[in-house]
Amino acid sequence: MSVGDFIRNSQVWKSIFRHPAPRDRRNRVVVMLTNVFLHLHPVSIRKSGIALSYTWCMGGITFFLFLVETVTGVLLMFYYRPTLEHAYNDILALRDVATLGVLREIHRWGAHAMVITIWLHMYRVFLTGSYKPPREFNWGVGVILLVLTLLLSFTGYLLPWDQLAIWAITVGSNMARATPFLGHEGPGSTFLKIGDTPLIHNGSDARFLLLAGRSVGGDTLLRFYVLHCVAIPLAVGLLIAVHFWRVRKDGGISGPL
Amino acid sequence: MWTSITEWESLQTGLAYFYLLCVLLNLGFAFYYFKVEKNLAAAGFWTVVSLAYGALAAGYFAHLGWALPVNIKNGIDYLMGPVIYSLGSVVAFCIVLYWRKFFTNPHVAWGMLNLSILAFGFSVTDKNFFDIVRKPDNVPIPLLIYSVGFFTWLALRRSVLNDQRMARGEAPLEKLEDEKVLVWPDLVYTELLAMIICTIILVAWGLLLKAPLENPATSAKAPNPSKAPWYFLGLQEMLVYYDPWMAGVVLPTMIIVGLIAIPYIDYNKQGNGYYTFSQRPFAIITYLVGFIILWVTLIVLGTVLRGPNWNFFGPFSYWDPHKVDPLNNINVSDIFWLHWFGKSVKGMHWFIRELPGIILVLIYLLVLPPLLAKTIMRSMFIRMGFIRFFVLVTLLQFMACLPIKMLLRWTINLKYIVYLPEFFFNI
Ligand code: HEM
Repeated sequence: MSVGDFIRNSQVWKSIFRHPAPRDRRNRVVVMLTNVFLHLHPVSIRKSGIALSYTWCMGGITFFLFLVETVTGVLLMFYYRPTLEHAYNDILALRDVATLGVLREIHRWGAHAMVITIWLHMYRVFLTGSYKPPREFNWGVGVILLVLTLLLSFTGYLLPWDQLAIWAITVGSNMARATPFLGHEGPGSTFLKIGDTPLIHNGSDARFLLLAGRSVGGDTLLRFYVLHCVAIPLAVGLLIAVHFWRVRKDGGISGPL
Repeated sequence: MWTSITEWESLQTGLAYFYLLCVLLNLGFAFYYFKVEKNLAAAGFWTVVSLAYGALAAGYFAHLGWALPVNIKNGIDYLMGPVIYSLGSVVAFCIVLYWRKFFTNPHVAWGMLNLSILAFGFSVTDKNFFDIVRKPDNVPIPLLIYSVGFFTWLALRRSVLNDQRMARGEAPLEKLEDEKVLVWPDLVYTELLAMIICTIILVAWGLLLKAPLENPATSAKAPNPSKAPWYFLGLQEMLVYYDPWMAGVVLPTMIIVGLIAIPYIDYNKQGNGYYTFSQRPFAIITYLVGFIILWVTLIVLGTVLRGPNWNFFGPFSYWDPHKVDPLNNINVSDIFWLHWFGKSVKGMHWFIRELPGIILVLIYLLVLPPLLAKTIMRSMFIRMGFIRFFVLVTLLQFMACLPIKMLLRWTINLKYIVYLPEFFFNI
């Protein structure tokens, strides 16, 4: 008996993989049904739906990049401290001295790439008309995913706490100050007052909510950190689950009738 | 100008490797036509092109110092402005879409790719352009341009082929692969391969290019220009034409709402699950205008052509922080009261003052949609029904906000249609 056979016949192996290797039709079906990760897929699929020239593989790559960002992000969290005192120096150390500091590069370039691939995924879904019935709802889920992905990138941009970071966030969040009714320089905000006391001022408006202060500061850093590392990824993970579920329930990847 | 000689020398070496890569690309393309398509003329032609790249590579290896001539650079800088840039991209867009059969021909598309590579290669010989391109956070921009270009070509090409097939009464190409296959191995192996390739690319990219880290943050000194992350530069560009409440809040919200609404307003049942252009031209043109013209080209503009104080700079010009663009913008109220009636708007009640602009906006929002329903969009209105039609037209109107304001700014220097600083309400 060869070593390979010995391993494959051992109790340990069989407790993990409950069926022989997927070499024949039966076991190729069983493997898809018994493995929780593979079970995201159907067992069989229309050939046109997996053609690279059709899907461009962009949804899958976007998902893979999300996983890469999660793994590298968790590793970076062991190192990085979101405080005014430490944030910049931690990134500096990642660049110059930390072993595996390259994780920061991978995390950053992966984030850029994910923005591009999600646009391309959406582009192909549109151009193949795949948002049409019965997939209308999943397109909507996708749009929310798009917004959350951009917000993930945006909140992450602040964390290195360098000039690039705070000024990009300052430019971006200045818009919130002009939110109609809810920003202190937004149209209509002057109408919201009790007696002579304005309700919306620079210490209570939408921008203040976003920044946790009147300008980008230490509290902003904490807020963006929590959004970036916990809140938004959880929401994205949840919506991706819905998205994949619906891809299958809506009849799998689209194709001509 | 190149102040550091070593930088210029090492750029030349870099370009040499870049052109060597182009030699390989074109040889591969030629080989495909030789081996698979048995098209000797095409194979020969692309071999000659790759030889030309070889000569370029040799020249750069020898550090002959080939650079884009100053006259050409000055000419481009002189011509380039927001107007030429925007109108140029619209015209190019229309030409490509109209003659899509010609432009999606693989040889034509490959030729255009080569031209763009040459344009890029010669552009980076300019120090100012090079400084923009080599910013690490700008690397996604060429990636964006080339991937969007490639996939636009791919989708249009498949659409053209499908449209031809369907005109002959045949089924679209996707229909030919209608049979079911098992996910293991057909899909999982593709996925595994894709994951491996992505990992390799990401790790290589991470090792080759350092992520940017500038000086520690200080609220004392803002960098000039202060740019948003590249994927938001389209929004930042809108700030030139609209106040933050429009450019930063209302229009982005309308983009999101509009995207979600697409499946519910598109009543066209055709073109579900395959590439086609002629079965749904309206939907596709609208989306392409939104994505290519109003999003991607604005991002490129914001990255390459906007410098200090958000002034416009030609691709090869020096970002002079002291450049002043004279602004003599006027409002609709000035045009109406001052130019037409010779009355000063000072001291006028805001409602009277802004009435002309308010009326214009109301006409645009309230009168135009029913007018369209009665005239050129009549057949759409009948087929879509009341609610769908008005949602569609409203969304299109918001999409048109930016081009309209651009045109008004360029032609009559218009700043605001409605100017109510009293309520932060400027349109
Ligand atoms: C985190 C972001 C996203 C992930 C991970 C993701 C992933 C996927 C995957 C893996 C598929 C299977 C087919 C394919 O790969 O093309 C898919 C299908 C689909 N996606 Fe996404 N997607 C995301 C965002 C979006 C966005 C932004 C949209 C559109 C606004 C969208 C709309 C759809 C639709 C309608 C389908 C069904 C397409 C069909 O049946 O052909 N998704 N998605």
